[in-house]
Amino acid sequence: MKQLLKYLRPYWFQIVAAIALIYLQVMTDLALPAYMSRIINEGIVGQDNSVIMAIGGQMLLVTLFGAVATIVAGYLAARISTGVARDLRSATFSKITSYSLTEFDKFSTSSLITRSTNDIQQIQMVVFIVLRMVASAPIMGIGAVLKAQQTAPSMSWMILLAVAIIFCLITTIFIVALPKFNQLQKLIDKLNLVARENLTGLRVIRAFTNEKHEEKKFAKANADLMQVNLFVNRLMVIMQPIMMLLLNITTLGIIWVGAKYIDIGGLKIGDMLAFMQYAMQIIMSFLMLSIVFIMLPRATVSVSRVAEVLDSEPEIHDPPEPKSYVEDNKGKIEFKEVTFSYPDSDAPVIRNVSFVAEPGETTAIIGSTGSGKSTLINLIPRFYDASSGQILVDDLDVKEVKQEDLRAKLGYVPQKVVLFSGTVSSNIKYGAPDVTSEAVAKAAKIAQASSFIGALPDKYRSKIAQGGSNVSGGQKQRLAIARAIVRKPEIYIFDDSFSALDFKTDAALRQALANETKGATVLLVTQRISTALQADKIVVMDEGKVMGIGTHQLLLKICPVYKEIAMSQLSEQELIDSMPGGKQSV
Amino acid sequence: MNKTDSNNRIGAAVGASSAAAPRTAPAGSPRGGMGGPMGGPPGMLRGGEKAKNFKATMVGLANYLRPYWIKIVVVIVFAIASTVFAIVSPKIMGKMTDQLVTDVVNQMAYDQIISKLPTGMTIPAGTTGADLIKFAPPALVQQIPAAKLEQIISLDMSHRPEIDWKALDAIALTLVGLFLLSAGFSYLQGWIMTDVTQKVTYNMRKEISEKINRIPLKYFDTRTFGDVLSRVTNDVDTISQSLNQSLTQIITSIVTILGILIMMLSISWQMTLVALIALPLSFGIIALIVNKSQRYFKSQQEVLGKINGHIEEMYAGHTIVKVFNGERRSLDIFDTTNTALYANAWKSQFFSSLMWPIMNFIGNLDYVGVAIVGGYLAVNKSVTIGDISAFIQYVRQFNQPIIQTANIANVLQSTAAAAERVFEFLAESEEVAETETPVQLAQVKGNVEFDHVVFGYEPDTKVIKDFTATIKQGQRVAIVGPTGAGKTTMVNLLMRFYDVSAGAIRIDGIDIREFSRGDFRRLFGMVLQDTWLFNGTIRENLLYGKHDATESEVEEVARAAHVDHFVHSLPNGYDMVINEEADNISQGEKQLLTIARAMIANPPMLILDEATSNVDTRTEVLIQHAMEKLMQGRTSFVIAHRLSTIRDADVILVMRDGNIVEQGTHVELLALNGFYANLYSSQFTDVDLVELG
Repeated sequence: MKQLLKYLRPYWFQIVAAIALIYLQVMTDLALPAYMSRIINEGIVGQDNSVIMAIGGQMLLVTLFGAVATIVAGYLAARISTGVARDLRSATFSKITSYSLTEFDKFSTSSLITRSTNDIQQIQMVVFIVLRMVASAPIMGIGAVLKAQQTAPSMSWMILLAVAIIFCLITTIFIVALPKFNQLQKLIDKLNLVARENLTGLRVIRAFTNEKHEEKKFAKANADLMQVNLFVNRLMVIMQPIMMLLLNITTLGIIWVGAKYIDIGGLKIGDMLAFMQYAMQIIMSFLMLSIVFIMLPRATVSVSRVAEVLDSEPEIHDPPEPKSYVEDNKGKIEFKEVTFSYPDSDAPVIRNVSFVAEPGETTAIIGSTGSGKSTLINLIPRFYDASSGQILVDDLDVKEVKQEDLRAKLGYVPQKVVLFSGTVSSNIKYGAPDVTSEAVAKAAKIAQASSFIGALPDKYRSKIAQGGSNVSGGQKQRLAIARAIVRKPEIYIFDDSFSALDFKTDAALRQALANETKGATVLLVTQRISTALQADKIVVMDEGKVMGIGTHQLLLKICPVYKEIAMSQLSEQELIDSMPGGKQSV
Repeated sequence: MNKTDSNNRIGAAVGASSAAAPRTAPAGSPRGGMGGPMGGPPGMLRGGEKAKNFKATMVGLANYLRPYWIKIVVVIVFAIASTVFAIVSPKIMGKMTDQLVTDVVNQMAYDQIISKLPTGMTIPAGTTGADLIKFAPPALVQQIPAAKLEQIISLDMSHRPEIDWKALDAIALTLVGLFLLSAGFSYLQGWIMTDVTQKVTYNMRKEISEKINRIPLKYFDTRTFGDVLSRVTNDVDTISQSLNQSLTQIITSIVTILGILIMMLSISWQMTLVALIALPLSFGIIALIVNKSQRYFKSQQEVLGKINGHIEEMYAGHTIVKVFNGERRSLDIFDTTNTALYANAWKSQFFSSLMWPIMNFIGNLDYVGVAIVGGYLAVNKSVTIGDISAFIQYVRQFNQPIIQTANIANVLQSTAAAAERVFEFLAESEEVAETETPVQLAQVKGNVEFDHVVFGYEPDTKVIKDFTATIKQGQRVAIVGPTGAGKTTMVNLLMRFYDVSAGAIRIDGIDIREFSRGDFRRLFGMVLQDTWLFNGTIRENLLYGKHDATESEVEEVARAAHVDHFVHSLPNGYDMVINEEADNISQGEKQLLTIARAMIANPPMLILDEATSNVDTRTEVLIQHAMEKLMQGRTSFVIAHRLSTIRDADVILVMRDGNIVEQGTHVELLALNGFYANLYSSQFTDVDLVELG
């Protein structure tokens, strides 16, 4: 809530103005009954049309005034609520943009998305409703209570009774309904899950002829949902008739009880009628407030979820006095006894890793899943910071330079390719926004992407859907590679980047790439021994530790882990052939 | 001295309050939500999409309701009854106050007259006010207003008039009865309609679910799962909600409008005319606001979609944004969109908030107008003061149902749009009908024959042009080709996910179309890279291919498929629940499970997809072993990536651009020196080539 108040502060004047206007609006609402009865009393009964005109005119002026106040209040509320939402959204987005992967892991990407979108929308709506309803309901309620108290103090207990009954009713219904609402949400999720599984598993289901089985599963989820829906809806349809009944009975009760008081001379008829009007206004205010109180807890959840985001400081930030790179350095990477463990985890994923990747060389990092290869790579662009040890790029610790300067040196191709919506060209250009279209085409050519781009209807201007869902896995990888190439980086990082390519494309790409990356530092993460084979240096990882560094031939001799991997992937003949001396023996 | 005026104040007060009150009661929605995502215009102002064929869709929807027509008739009758009782009761409540006021005014008149008389004077029974006035000085009589005079004249002055409690109680009881009836009918009506709605919703969902299993896979070539999913949930939900609320709302609104109109006309046509003059004004203003608001709402939703899309993309691609120094660019795009969103959002919000104060103002305008005309008419004695007060109550109640009716058109439109999407899906053409007399083979050997097979996903573009091959039982077929060469096409044809356009595929000499689809597909075990496991226990997943497999069968197979070992290391072992995303076990383990699943089903033929990535080397070895075991003695089609698999295959089918371009053994194909030889040589480095030589 503190965070929300901070974002409301710039609007304090508008908020005060809105509440003042709402106060005026309520005052006109409270004044109207008097005008109405005067029209009847003095005008119609007194048979004086000039009075009707005069009072009618006044009444219209008052309502016009009220309407204008309401409209301006609505205008202010709309401006304030959407303005606060805009500011919050902007603050949240730029905060999250500054997050490192640690924070992304902490919150999870999907949760961050919900917080930046839905939660902020919720807050916007609540701010609007609070300004419009919550502000007016208490003013209206208190005003009406005062007027009621003035007009017929002896009958105040009736309002109290009606409000108490309504309160009990709403509470009971919600106590009964709330667990069912939660259950309903779960059942809807379940139905969704079953339907989604049915769709994603269409082939498998048909392959096993399990259609009937799936239909039964769905039917069960469907029937369960129907049952709870029936219960909840039957409960909820009771609300309106009961409220109606209560209001009508209250009105009737006031006349009936009022008649008794009138008979003993304790009450005037006119006062009873005014009292009735005020009673209705009080009950309405109460109903409005109760709706708000049902909504408010949810809104507070949204506020705290957004506040959590705004209060988290990214763990990785630029140093206060960053060093800068010397112009002619070429992209040397050095790991010095680097150990890394994820936050909230004791077991290090990377243990004491040291190696150097020199410019002009290709360094392959090989190891099985979970050996820490990708994690190791993620430390270079500072997605995470090492727990201990140092990572030097061109002899400067990555923590000592600006992240922007560090990353400007990198051409990174991730394991899981991410494309952005836009065009083929805009995606490749993402690597270097200012390059010419010739450079884009050249990068695409090296990445073996030009042939499929050429086959697209709009070539480089072809649309790429969100997440790149309209291109195949292999095409995505090639675009991601082109995106890295177009930067002409000093350091290339390929994180298992050829997995979706067939051998032919893979081979052609690597040949073309070899020319391009001459002089650059190339880091290659892979599981395929055939990819690692030709590297100048192979770093073998297992369980976060470096098990051996060297060439293929050397590692086959000295590194059992490497040998094991090699044997599982190459045939005996291939293994022998790849050994020094093996070639000659053929 | 107030007498008759109080009478009317009651009327006005009762009318105003009871008109506004019931409508504002919180409408129960099963979702109990806070409304739409944007908190923009509620209900009517949110211009929904429109159905392409409104009428046909509505007829379709009506067909769903037909089985419940008796219930719906009851609902309509009850809704009408509830509304009629609700409309009648204010007038009767007015009578009750009339009664009270008359009695009290008589008391006051009596007290006044008695106070003017000498004390202790006895008045004989049957003396009326008129008798007393005769004795009063004319000057005093002239001071009394005409209306009051009338009352005094007929007043029995022999005793102090009392409030007629019996009459009051009788009216009160009648009213309580009416209130109860109205509420009761309203509730019953809601109860029954809920029943109907939920059953219609249930049936619709059931039909969609069954349809999903009959629709050809081809359907999903052009559509996403999310699209179908949103029909199952969102669209059906929209239909359900509007059935639940709109149907009765249409009825009650129309009955209310008609009822009030009748009541108003019965009082005075001139006043009705005045009251209705404001109607076109209301409509005009509603239309204007709706129009404006809808425009901003629509563009707000567009921009909102854009900004949410950007947020999603940037967060999902966070590492890419960072590593390419794209933060500034991302923020720039965001700021521009955010500013545009704000500009549309506040306008949308503001315009939708205009409705209420303006309608309220028009209501008051109406009130004054009616009061003026009523005043004139009252002078001519063509209406009584009680009539005017009753009339004013009805005027006050008139706006709400009109706004609702205006809303209904919109609700119906969005309902029709949702229903249309559901019907569209249900009307999609299904898989080709099964043969009437399916063959059933006791023993399938597994000879597969492709006889001049022609196939295309689109009728006019053939991907497989003319493919003939004979595979003998127990043989191993490797399907190879570059990425995107259409290797899955073979899976689709073999599994009969798609039917051949011409030619035939035969199993043991029998055209696969002679089988029932279910029987045929059971002949194949399928292990694809895209490992589909459902949210359930490991055991349930293993039994998916053969629900009645015994415990020992499962364990035996699990050991053979290298599943047993890792399952025992999992919490709860075979009873561990695989979560919704199926990400609580590794990719490799998933693949082993799918192999075991196929083994338990024990089919005579296999379709396999070799793992390429995302599996660590040790698991890969295990998978390889498990696959070997699975393939033993079975005719197998393998989408092959491993050199050894390809070389050891009995037949290699080489695919390119969707077509099968070459077939033969490894040696034969190399000798051919065609596409395969090219593919093969380019795949391997010079190191490998040396070996080939």
